[in-house]
Amino acid sequence: MPFALLRYGLRRAHRPFDDIPPTPPLRQSYDVAIIGGGGHGLAAAYYLSHHHGIRSVAVLEKGYLAGGNTARNTTTIRSNYLTQASIRFYREAVSLFGTMSQDLGFNVMFSQRGQLTLAHSEATMRSFHLRAEMGKHAGTGVEVVDARTVRELCPHLNMDEGGQHEVLGGLWHKDGGTARHDAVAWGYAKRAAEKGVEIHQRTTVTAIRSQGDRVTEIVTDRGTIRAGQVLQAAGGLNGQIAELAGFPLPIRCFPLQAMVTQPLKPFLHTLVSSANLHTYLVQSSRGEIVIGGGSDPYQLASTRSTFDQKEALAQGALHLFPFLHNVRLLRQWAGITDMTPDYSPIMGASPLANYWLDAGWGTWGFKATPVAGKYMAETIATGRVPDIIAPFALDRFDRFALLNEMGATAASH
Amino acid sequence: MKRLTCPMNGPRDITEFQYLGPLRSTRAEDPSAVTRHLFYAGNPIGPLVEWWRHRPSNTVFLAERHTGTDRIIRTWLPDGSETQNA
Ligand SMILES: Cc1cc2nc3c(=O)[nH]c(=O)nc-3n(C[C@H](O)[C@H](O)[C@H](O)COP(=O)(O)OP(=O)(O)OC[C@H]3O[C@@H](n4cnc5c(N)ncnc54)[C@H](O)[C@@H]3O)c2cc1C
Repeated sequence: MPFALLRYGLRRAHRPFDDIPPTPPLRQSYDVAIIGGGGHGLAAAYYLSHHHGIRSVAVLEKGYLAGGNTARNTTTIRSNYLTQASIRFYREAVSLFGTMSQDLGFNVMFSQRGQLTLAHSEATMRSFHLRAEMGKHAGTGVEVVDARTVRELCPHLNMDEGGQHEVLGGLWHKDGGTARHDAVAWGYAKRAAEKGVEIHQRTTVTAIRSQGDRVTEIVTDRGTIRAGQVLQAAGGLNGQIAELAGFPLPIRCFPLQAMVTQPLKPFLHTLVSSANLHTYLVQSSRGEIVIGGGSDPYQLASTRSTFDQKEALAQGALHLFPFLHNVRLLRQWAGITDMTPDYSPIMGASPLANYWLDAGWGTWGFKATPVAGKYMAETIATGRVPDIIAPFALDRFDRFALLNEMGATAASH
Repeated sequence: MKRLTCPMNGPRDITEFQYLGPLRSTRAEDPSAVTRHLFYAGNPIGPLVEWWRHRPSNTVFLAERHTGTDRIIRTWLPDGSETQNA
């Protein structure tokens, strides 16, 4: 190794290190077209090309690579959901994050440091007991802890004894963690591109043409393509893209806002979340405190930020960690989230035979990036929807078989 | 701070209002209409007619708002029952 390093250091002509190739011209047809070059679309492209031998794949992204919600999320990764179908699915998501850096040869900085959700009332404690039991039954690492344990896990937290938001206990999810969101997308893109997947940035899908129950052509502002199979993974605009394909989705757009402080010395070793205060915090590997996530109270398809939301988030954060009061905010932003009625995603078949959905990821879809990519790829490759994602089918709304996860995302992440 | 004009009380701070979602219709006898009413609310990027409530005065009214620009186009009191307005 030292010799190799020396040789490398003395070499004159360094070969450039290609990560993601520049956008090529559009071909006329592909086996698979993926609408949306966020984490989900790229993960599906990776699994198609690496696990199913399908390499004629075009990822169509209207902006820059993973510049949608993949770039905007607060990177909470967890599986402490409420329904058995969700826990099973998100548990696999967490475990895929565990090996992602090795699988991709790309450091996604997964840090499984645990997530602590705080209870400030007896009612919340009761709901935590239910979540813990559901979680344990489905095999995820989650337990109810008392106030003393909360203090040990998070010594800097304001316990507010005798106050309005006294911390009575918490839900400790030791499997929870975070990862570098951009790296997840870049890692999948790089490895998919190596197998021949074409990533078309600045390529907006403007129309979707079909004949009978099959999509025939996808029209973009750079040309029209044909595709055998199509995957829709368009993030916040999933509802609008489905309209292009000719059918409605039970999705409404709401902005979700977050912000980040200047870097501080490491003090916060777990993810901390409070449903009552609608605030959660995590310290990034750069030391910044990421504070999320406030949904706007009414429908909007815009990424503008508002003072009200930042004020509410700051209030929650200061209540939990009063010593942050002099810390400056560095950045603040919003993403358009595609919210479903039951706070669960929509995966699998659509009314069109060769058009598949990976939608309705709302405020909670970053963690699902690997597992959704894996099973959406399997769906496309085999034409069969695997068991693990079957409960998330679009027709659950007609069957009134909803998967209510609203409580589990009381703070949106 | 954003303001919304309540048809009864005039322009008020938007935090005084509760959002009740897009205007939509249903017929209890038709299952697909019920599903649409419950789960498939309007989600255009453009003008949307929706229900709002002014909390302090409990005034329920309709507003037309642009969901791309957030511009409030007009607000008015409903005329007759909900089904007549939907
Ligand atoms: C502030 C915020 C915080 C969040 N926090 C968390 C969290 O802590 N944990 C968690 O799990 N999830 C979180 N989420 C949700 C998460 O970010 C998303 O669910 C997830 O990133 C969705 O990934 P995606 O690839 O499906 O969508 P995106 O990353 O949004 O990718 C979709 C892509 O489709 C492209 N597109 C749209 N229309 C077209 C078109 N017509 N033609 C071509 N391309 C098009 C867009 O440009 C976009 O890049 C958060 C979201 C926000 C906004």
